[in-house]
Amino acid sequence: MKQKSSEPANLPIVCDADTLRSLIRKKAVRVIDVRKAEDYQAGHIPTAVSLPLARLLSDDKPETVVCLLEEFGIAEKMPVVIYDDTFGALAARVAWTFQYVGHSNTALLETTFKQWKELGLETETKPRTYPKTKHPLMVRQEMYADAAYVEAAQSDQGKLIVDSRERLNFLTEHIPTARNIPYTMLGVDGNILRKAEDLKRMIENRGISPESEIITYCGSVGTLSGLAYYALKLAGYNNVKLYPKSFKEWKSLGKPKDEFKEATYWDLSAE
Amino acid sequence: MRKSKVATVPQKKDYTPKPVSKWGKEDETEVFANRVKLYRQGKLSDDEFRRFRLQNGAYGSRLHAGYSMIRIKIPGGEITPEQIEKIASLSEAFSIGSAHVSTRQNIQLHWVQLEDVSEVMRGLVEVGMTSREACGNTVRNVMCSHFAGVCPDEAFDSTPYSKAIARFFLRNPMCQNLPRKFKLNFACCDKHGLVRVADIGLVPMIKEVNGKQTRGFRIYLGGGLGAASFTGHQLEDFTPEDQLLSTCMATVRLFDRHGNRENMARNRMRYLVHETGWEKFQKMVLKERVVVGMTTSNATARTYDVQAEEDTRQLPNAKMIKLPMASVTKDSPAYERWLHANAVPQKQEGYFTVFITLGAGDITASQLRVLASAIRDFSAEGTARNTPQQNFAIRYVRASDLRAFFDRLATAGLANPGALSIASAVGCSGTTSCNLAITNSHRLAKEVQRKFLELGLDTDDSLKNSTIKISGCPNSCGQHEIATVGFFGGASRIGTAMSPTYTMLFGGSIGENGELGKAVTRVPAKRVIAALLKIIELYKTEKTADSFDQWIAKIVRGQATGSIKNVEDVKNAISSTIQLPSQEEDPDAYQDYGSDVKFTAKTARGECAA
Ligand code: SF4
Repeated sequence: MKQKSSEPANLPIVCDADTLRSLIRKKAVRVIDVRKAEDYQAGHIPTAVSLPLARLLSDDKPETVVCLLEEFGIAEKMPVVIYDDTFGALAARVAWTFQYVGHSNTALLETTFKQWKELGLETETKPRTYPKTKHPLMVRQEMYADAAYVEAAQSDQGKLIVDSRERLNFLTEHIPTARNIPYTMLGVDGNILRKAEDLKRMIENRGISPESEIITYCGSVGTLSGLAYYALKLAGYNNVKLYPKSFKEWKSLGKPKDEFKEATYWDLSAE
Repeated sequence: MRKSKVATVPQKKDYTPKPVSKWGKEDETEVFANRVKLYRQGKLSDDEFRRFRLQNGAYGSRLHAGYSMIRIKIPGGEITPEQIEKIASLSEAFSIGSAHVSTRQNIQLHWVQLEDVSEVMRGLVEVGMTSREACGNTVRNVMCSHFAGVCPDEAFDSTPYSKAIARFFLRNPMCQNLPRKFKLNFACCDKHGLVRVADIGLVPMIKEVNGKQTRGFRIYLGGGLGAASFTGHQLEDFTPEDQLLSTCMATVRLFDRHGNRENMARNRMRYLVHETGWEKFQKMVLKERVVVGMTTSNATARTYDVQAEEDTRQLPNAKMIKLPMASVTKDSPAYERWLHANAVPQKQEGYFTVFITLGAGDITASQLRVLASAIRDFSAEGTARNTPQQNFAIRYVRASDLRAFFDRLATAGLANPGALSIASAVGCSGTTSCNLAITNSHRLAKEVQRKFLELGLDTDDSLKNSTIKISGCPNSCGQHEIATVGFFGGASRIGTAMSPTYTMLFGGSIGENGELGKAVTRVPAKRVIAALLKIIELYKTEKTADSFDQWIAKIVRGQATGSIKNVEDVKNAISSTIQLPSQEEDPDAYQDYGSDVKFTAKTARGECAA
């Protein structure tokens, strides 16, 4: 990655391990570990700070999230790379939140922590803290959808609702008109996301045009759909929104669902 | 740049991977993706698209045209660890996270979105596999006994023949548009294999011809299971191997020319044979074979290459050790109980074929991965076979490795006992995914297995050779007609309510002398397990035969001695067991397995014939 040394690197959606390692060496990145606190204590990627997903979700008001950025010493343009041990879904939810409150220079690490270790890459156990910074709050409303927005999208030809839960959950019940792109098809061989061209082909196979506006949702807090959000972005779909409160809220609001009861598909599962 | 690589799997030193057979073709995946787009844009008619989809191995899923079941062919039943791992990933990515072993040595992925079928095909091609011609009116997966090559009673290994025939017919213009599907099954010996219930069934044999030991087959034609089933007729005493191809070609050509293309319900070759009369049909085949022999070009004949399919690797010798394989009970140590009905000695000294007990053929992606690694580490041939009992057979496991192999399987829940016992019930997909299904045969088979293992019936040697097979409708994918006790699903009015019921059949069997089961009575779905247990109890009390299957055979002939002599006696003895209380008293008894709503029989157009 070529850039003037004073300018912070502009990260792509997915950051590969080598790029991250060189940024770490240059002290030009903030790495965020979103696993549980005890996992972080047992070992993490060098220089990473700990932000367990649960902590973020306990209060993800934009003002609070900006305070978190400041607490981690993240300035407005600083590259941020986020990782987890849950095939990228937790990292995706945190990355989306950072970008939503105005920190665009945020990327997902291409692998999980488990794979990072399997590749023999360096880790440390030392907890990290950094001097506080100032970070502006610039909410990007175009990334966000709530239940009312999703409801309106149902009858809008140019908008598409995507359910990223697994197939059997989707068959059982989903938001009417939603299409299923299960999170399970997004990653491959330890990479949290497939190559852009593969994702693009799979989404194009579904006849979804790059001009469509797409809203992703999943079961409860927007993790699986967060990963789908980034998969769509990586595939070149620019107009994507996340419905972070997802199906859990939709159901609690008593909104209609599509159900499929004509087959006993759960009995195929070998669990 | 993506530089990350997954760590490679450590391999045992003496494992020589089998060269990969290539069946799939990359360009077919793109053609499929494009056709789906055209279809979605309304540029292809339903019928055109359906035919194309089936030719490529994708069935429509139950009452939901947006999804498919992809049937992956495993020619000869032989599959490598790499292929198993690929199926694991594909099932996770595009299906439901588990795969399903069928009764004809296919592996099926269910509820795949139509738009993802081409992606699954792409993955299959990467490891040499295909779903091409797994459905539709063509030559379906060619089966071969999972004991071929290791069976103590076989004349020779029929595996390379089965694969050469499969390769010859795959994509062959001769069989792209037959009147109906066409099935070939190879056996190893007269006991194993489904040769009497296939369009062409073949049993290897060696005969002295002009003073020379000559390889060949006993060939059976015109058998098949379905709403009306027939057993095949033997073509001649001996068909030498150099006439194997011309015999198969002649049969396929006759079927293509004379088969019924009008009446969908009667267009399998067995009806043609039946209606023509065997003697006449036999003459036609022998005559056609002469014509085929004279007109087949060298180029055509060369595409049938048995030698190319032979496994020429030299496998190491193994030593026999003493195993605790005597009689067991349900309280025996798990390993000993497992050995009892899951491991069979091979003709190769010191080697065993080990069976993996699955529930109605279902296996999760993570189990598939453990299985693949276990094959690499413990099978000297480094491959597996899938079986018509919906299990996997891992062959060439050293006697001295059995314990470690068991332990490895146990880490993934794959070490259940009873694979070769009455507990290992077969169940087709039924209402879990099939358009024609009336009942949830799939779940019922799993429930039977669970109950039987709980009761330890797998340890009872008098039940060992008996089988239970269940289909969700009369179409016989669950092969109920070749079971000791078979069932096929239907709907019956009981009192004022509709109820899922099964027609119970007695006395079916496999092998060269296989017979078809005879219908006994109808049993409500929720009484099937009770009925089975009652019948086994009757056998135990009567004890008028050495084994349960022998007793059932005698019952069917009305020749059992003792107080229960025939089918009528059995019906009387179980009548109270299969009685349902009123629907008000027990609404659950009127619902099918896996359902909490009132039962209705709902089906859509079947695609077996499309
Ligand atoms: S036997 Fe009937 S229910 Fe079962 S898979 Fe075949 S067609 Fe479907």
